[in-house]
Formats: sequence, structure tokens, C-alpha cells
Amino acid sequence: MASIAFDTVSPKRLADVHARNEARTAWLLASPAIVLMIVFILLPVIAVIGLGFTNFELGIDKFRFVGLDNYSHLFTDRTFRKSLWNTTVYTAIVAPVSIVLGLGVALLIESETTAKSFFRTAYFLPVASLIVAMATVWQYLFHPTIGPINALLATVGIPGPNWLGSAGTVLYSLSIIGVWQSVGFNMVLFLAGLTAIPRELYAAAEVDGARSAIDRFRLVTWPMLAPTTLFVTTISIINAVKVFETVQTLTEGGPNRASEVLLFTIYHEGFVYLHVGYASAMTVVFLVILMVLTFLQYNVLDKRVHYS
Amino acid sequence: MSALSLSGITKSFGDNAILKGVSLEIEPGEFIALVGPSGCGKSTLLRILAGLDHADSGEIVIGGREMSGMAAADRNIAMVFQSYALYPHLTAGQNIAVPLAMRRLSRGQRLPFVGSFMPGQRSIRKTIQRDVAEMARSLKIDHLLDRKPGQMSGGQRQRVALARAMVRQPSVFLMDEPLSNLDANLRVHARGEIVDLHRRAGVPTVYVTHDQAEALSMADRVAVMIGGNLLQLATPQVIYDDPAHVDVARFVGQPRINLVPALAEGGRVAFGGIRMALSDDREAGTDVTIGIRPEFVRLSDNSNDALAAHVERIEFLGSEVIVYCKLDAIGETMIAKLTPAEAAGVSVGKPVALTLSPDKAMVFAADGRRLAATPVAADSIKERAHG
Amino acid sequence: MSTATFNTGRAIRVTVLSLGALIFLSPYIFMLSAAGKTQSEIFTSALSLVPQTFYYVANFTKAFSRVPMGTLLWNGVMVCGLIFFFQVLVAIPCAYAMAKLKFRAAKLLMAMVMLGLLVPIHATALPLYVAFDSASLLNSYTALVAPFSISVFAIFMFLQFFRAMPDDLIHAARLDGMSEIGIVARVIVPNAWPAVTAFAIFSVVAHWNDLYWPLIVISKQGFATPPLGLMYFRAAEAGDDYGALMAATMVITLPLVAAFLLAQKRFVEGITMTGLKG
Repeated sequence: MASIAFDTVSPKRLADVHARNEARTAWLLASPAIVLMIVFILLPVIAVIGLGFTNFELGIDKFRFVGLDNYSHLFTDRTFRKSLWNTTVYTAIVAPVSIVLGLGVALLIESETTAKSFFRTAYFLPVASLIVAMATVWQYLFHPTIGPINALLATVGIPGPNWLGSAGTVLYSLSIIGVWQSVGFNMVLFLAGLTAIPRELYAAAEVDGARSAIDRFRLVTWPMLAPTTLFVTTISIINAVKVFETVQTLTEGGPNRASEVLLFTIYHEGFVYLHVGYASAMTVVFLVILMVLTFLQYNVLDKRVHYS
Repeated sequence: MSALSLSGITKSFGDNAILKGVSLEIEPGEFIALVGPSGCGKSTLLRILAGLDHADSGEIVIGGREMSGMAAADRNIAMVFQSYALYPHLTAGQNIAVPLAMRRLSRGQRLPFVGSFMPGQRSIRKTIQRDVAEMARSLKIDHLLDRKPGQMSGGQRQRVALARAMVRQPSVFLMDEPLSNLDANLRVHARGEIVDLHRRAGVPTVYVTHDQAEALSMADRVAVMIGGNLLQLATPQVIYDDPAHVDVARFVGQPRINLVPALAEGGRVAFGGIRMALSDDREAGTDVTIGIRPEFVRLSDNSNDALAAHVERIEFLGSEVIVYCKLDAIGETMIAKLTPAEAAGVSVGKPVALTLSPDKAMVFAADGRRLAATPVAADSIKERAHG
Repeated sequence: MSTATFNTGRAIRVTVLSLGALIFLSPYIFMLSAAGKTQSEIFTSALSLVPQTFYYVANFTKAFSRVPMGTLLWNGVMVCGLIFFFQVLVAIPCAYAMAKLKFRAAKLLMAMVMLGLLVPIHATALPLYVAFDSASLLNSYTALVAPFSISVFAIFMFLQFFRAMPDDLIHAARLDGMSEIGIVARVIVPNAWPAVTAFAIFSVVAHWNDLYWPLIVISKQGFATPPLGLMYFRAAEAGDDYGALMAATMVITLPLVAAFLLAQKRFVEGITMTGLKG
């Protein structure tokens, strides 16, 4: 009976029918994701870009198109410029330090045989802990009069500064917390990269004459880690630019905007002062910075870093 | 003086004894194949020779110098790895230059940016480039010098690995199964190339492989290692015709040697037309094993000394036919290697009569040692088949 | 290269690692110690680790009475659970379609996913807030969960994973007569378990920790997530009772830390998996 049916339909038409069925099923399966992507990613991004061209404020019904006024205002906005500067300084400290420390700890742990998991846990614990909670603990540690850090410094006769309360040191204190929070994450990524290096390369290096650990690091470890290093660098920089929780919890941008960072400024403009239009323009700048940083790293360096 | 000498090398990993006292000596310019099944310890021995691992006890003397305490980098040994271990981020030319750069440039001259300002480094780098180019030419890879390993075929990578090893003019070459990653046709071709290179370079070479055919075809002498022991070190011919241990006999030869149990009585052993008198007749009334290679098993029409058997399986290989026969008397399988003409008319299940060449049989003791034995005349002893 | 014997190299390594570990663990040590001190003791002896009078019970009682622990934890679990559930529910079919089926929009979809990876919640927060506000959906689970129900990172991760799965598995299922949905449910999901657990860890940690979005859409304590709850406690506890503050911190941070300590290997595997794909 089946053969009768097949006599009347050509193989090519069957193939077409199958292809269309497959495409239809694919659409069906992907449609929830597509819808949600449009609703929660695409449309809001378009809305943010659009709102950046208006003077929309929440609570005020009338708003109008103001062109590039918001952006030109950003140029002269001292708070925004300070915020950009602070974020840059913070990133410039936290990213390199946490990358170098992450690599260092990974190298040390990799060559250690016995207590590996204990050390890995110890360094990774900050990553798995609630940021807001640990920021609170650091607030206690950094306390100028009752905090252990200054007490420790006092025992060797150094008067500790007002870590979180003085404009000169607040950004550095936040950087310390930032590094503390990210080293473990970078360490795990580097450990994964290190274990992926074929052992025979190290043997070849030894036979070739690379006697010291530094020689082996330069000849084998560092080049073979390059893709991992690129990934870690990208992630570290982007996470540093997105700093928010510590600032919101501990300093609220103070003292005197010394710790004002991008996301905090956006949050305040948009959700506290309700200048949604202006904050949208800031958000667009923020997004552009993120995109530029990511594209720069991946498109320029990616080819140089993958060898096969 | 031997070029390389190992004495009493032992190595254990925890409770696992990998090397149980290995000694061997290599003459200058010799090509030694170190062969054995997986896990026999040959790669460990190679690593100890290279200085990548340290023996628990024993001595290593290379070119008259005691090497046991020396680091790998100081031993002037070159090694070709199974996966070639080429630095993926360097070009072929840079790969080959690494051992030269490590040895001829000082630490300061090797620094990435600052090094180019160090005195003398430019002339040294020129000589390095010259040596690299010369080596590349002799191995016919000079057109590949600017390519990275990821852009080369397996065979090309193998030649770059060889070049990197040879450019240093080491005192010993070590090769750890360098051909096992190549496909079969390429492998046979590469074998010839390596033997050629060795003849030209004249450097003593230790070549590790698990492939007995490779070992037999390439080496001046073959070292058979099984279970952490070096069972025999001899020329391929001797290894094949005159194995010192039943494991050596079993490991070498394709298809595998026939081994049947027998009983030595009064210093005599008899089986299927073979009559042997043991030189040392203290081995009276003991279990022995008789070994005979398949090419010495023939079909006969009928003969008093022939073994009755039935054909189990036939493998046609073109120039020869392998016939698996099950002996009627004792149930063991005997393999015969015949020419197509001799195998004509043989089919599965057919009863056959097997004759064995008497002077080609070997006798092994229960512990595996080869026993000296001479064939004797047919009627001096009665046949006793081991039940 | 690495031996278990004692030599100076190893001694230096272990010393450095231990000192570093001590520094990294010191916040926890001091948190534990301060949570048990009376206010006066905190003021006077900052460096002593063991409290002179064990004030743990009092501090914890204060913390528990001011902080609605149960509500916070419940909210945290519900929100993270719902987010994770929807993320996986949406991502797996989409990733499967992109990896194994042929349809014209696949490339476009891929571009959208890659772009989506660059857009964090902080960029889309403003219009979403306005939208939720006008729909009167603030202060609800919907507001907390909905924007995160789509995770392009999940799609990306599952996509890599599915691409590596052998096609033959799916062909065999088709020959057995399974529908595509059936294949997803009965073949893909069970085999995707490692990727799902790796993503689970990533998602739960990220959303348990999130302060920005809950801060924006929640103003009522009843719907507070753990980070938000701690913020309220800090605001309420305007004074310097660091003892109680440390106790509250301990309580809030304990669930995730405990989960981490119990499932360490999974955590590390999860991060590793995302990293090796990068």
C-alpha cells in the first residue's frame, strides 16, 4: 500500500517537504527565545537609544525630542566626567592586578600536589559569596577606628588612613575589594588553561635546554595560555567597568563623588532623579564602551592567539 | 668504549615496579630498537635516559660521562616525541632554532625586547639561522620554514621534529614511537627515511616502538622489554630465530609463534615428529613449552609423525595463506603459514595432517627461559604427547 | 616537574600560597569573630579573634529579628529558581534548533545571540522599568524574573554543547519515530546534563548576587531578595552595632557559601566550561 502512494510523489518533492517541516519545527522551537529576545533585549536597546534623544522624565507626562542635547550635556557634566574617570582608574587597577594575581596563584597551585583543593577553595570563596554581604564585612575591616586593618597597621606604628571615608583613598579601597572578589574567578580560568597544555611540550622544552622554570614559562606556558589570557582579560575588564554593588553599599559615590562610577551615576540619574532621557544617553555611552572593549579585544587579538 | 651504557636501572611508581633492573650497552653509531608491549616500561626507560625522570637506582653513562645526576638540558641528548611536541606558536624555522638558541645565547641575549641590544647576539643568531637552513635543506623542509605546525601535514611535522632533534648534533638520539601517529603507508616510507638519516648522521639512536615489525626492520640490534625486564638484546635475525625467552618469541613474528605444552622426560622432549634432546638433562620430568613458527608448519598427505587436526579458519593474504588448525589430540590451535599453492584444496572443517620441521623447534622452560636442545634421530625416543 | 618531596622550591610555593590564602580568608575570619563580640569589645580590641564574652546568641537574635531571614531566603530561592527554570526552558529548544536543524534564520539568530551577549541588564533597565511601572508590575515576582527569562549566554553555552553532540544520536531517535519535541525532551535534555548543571551554577550565583535590578523594581520589604534585604538591614541599623551587622551578614551569606563548599567541583567545572569555550 505504501508503494502505491510513493509512485505518485517524486523524491525531490519529498525532500522539499521534509526541509520545510524541519524549518517549521526549528522556528517553533526557537520562537519563545526569539520573542523574549526581541521583547527584553532588542526593544529595550532601541528604546534606550531613542530615549537618549529625548528629555523624558518619569512622572512628567510631556516630553520632547531634543536631538543630541543630552550627549553634549554629558560632555560638560562634571559628575559624568568624574564618573568616567573613576571607572577608568578602578578598571586600570582591578583588571591587571586580578589577572596577574590570578595567573600567579594558578601557577603556584598547579605545581602543588597535595593541598590543591584547599587553596583553590580559599581563593575562590570570595567569588561565591554575596557581594553585598562581603562588602559589608570589608566596611568593618576598613573602619578607621575599630577596624582590624588599621589596628594591625597601628601595631607597626603606621597610622592607617580613613579607607572608605577619605576622597584620596576610597577608590583604592574599593579596588582592593574588587581584586579580592575577582582573583579566584581568574584563577579557575587559568587553571583550566594550564591543565590543557600538553605535557610533552614541557618535556621537549627541557630536552631543548630550557633549564629554569622561567625558561619553560616563556617557551611553553605563556604562549599556550594566550587564548585563556585573552578571555580572562576581556572578562576582567568588562566586569570591572560594571562595578556597582560595592559603591552602592559602601560609599554611594562619596565622599564628594570620589567613588562615583558609571553604573552608579546611571542608576542615580535614572532611578533616583528620574531623568530617564538623560540617563538613557549615559546608558548608550556605557553600552558603546562595553562593545568597543569587547570588539577590540576579540577581533584584533583573537587571530594572533589561536594557533591551529 | 660504548657510546651509551645503562646498568641496573630500577624505577617504581609507588608500589608499581616499572623497571626491574635494566642494563644495556650501545656501540657508537648503533641503531637500537627498544620494543615491547604497552606498559612494559620502555617509555619510562627513555625518559630516564633523557633526564626527564630519575631512576631509583642504577647508572647511566653517555660518552664516558656519568649522567645520573644531570638535568635533561645538560645531557646533550635529543628526543623526538610521539606527538612531535612542536611549539605551536613558533614557525618551523623557529622551532628548529630553539635548542640552538637555548644553548648559544645567554639568558640576557634571549630576553624578548632588551635582548636585541645585547652585544654579540646578532652574529650568534646569524649562525643559528645558517645551521637551521642547512638542516632544513638536508631534510627537504626548507620550503616550510615559515609555516606553523598547525599548517603542516603529519609527515611534515615529523620531519620538523627530526630537524629540531638533529640540528644540535647530540651525542644520543631518543625517539619515542615517532611514527605511530602517521597512517600506514606514510609510516613505511618514514621508516626508510629515519634509517637513512641515521646512517648519514652516525649518532647512536634508541628507538622505542610497540610495533615488532618496525623494530626488526629498522634496527641494528633489538632490545625486547617485557614487564620491566630487558629480556634480550640482539640482532633482529637472532631475536627472530633464536629468542632467549618465550615472551620474546611470542612478541616477535607475524603471525604469532605456535606454542604447545609438552613434557620433558629424561632430558628428552617429543611432539608431533619433533624429537629434541635437552643439553641440560637436569630438567627431567618437567613441563616445557615447544615453540615453532608458522612458516615451519606444513601440510602433509600422510605421515606417521604428522599431527591430526581440523581446519578452523583460513585467512587469505595474497602472497600467503594463514591456516588455523585445531589439533585433534590436545585441542590446541596451530597456525600454519602456507603459499597459495600449498593451501589449495584446504577448506574450513577439513581434516588435515600437519608436519613440523624438526630442526626449527624451540624449547622453553616453565619459567620462560629458552632451553638449549638438539634434534635427535626419530627412533631414539618414543613420542609422548602431553595430555 | 612537580614532586611530592620536600625542597626549597616547594617550601616557598606553599608558604606564599598559605599567606595568600590567609589574607583572602581573613574577611571571613573577622566576620566570624566580630559576630560574637559585644559592641564594646568591638570598639576596644579589634585584632583579637576569639571574643572574650561569647555574644553570638544575642547578635544573631538581633539579626534574625530585624531581618526577615525566612522571607529573604524564600524570595532568593524562588526568584533564582524561576529564572533558571525559564532560562533553560527557553534556551534548550532554541539552541537545539540552531545546532541541529536547518532553517534560514539560523544565521540571523546567531548574530542576535552574539549581540545579546554584549548587552547587560544595566543597559536595558531604564525602559524596562518604565514599562513595568506603567503596567503596575513593580514589586512582584514577574518584574524580578521576566527580564532574565531569556539568557543568551545559556543559548550560547548549550549551542556549543549541542554542536559537539554526535548527530547519530538524533538520527537514531528520528528513525525510532520520535517527534522533534520528543527528541528534545527525551534525548537532548538527559544528555545535556553537564551543561545544564554548569549553567545552573553560573545563573544562580549571578542572580542571587544581583543588586541592581531588584533595587530598581522592589521597594517593599516583602519582595526583597537577599542582597536587598541586607541593604535594608544596614539602613535600619544606622548605628555602629557591627556585631549584629556581622551576624546578619553571616546569615545571609551562608546559604551560597554552604552550597559552594558542598558542590565545589561542580562550581569549578561550571566556570571552567564557560572559560574553555571562550
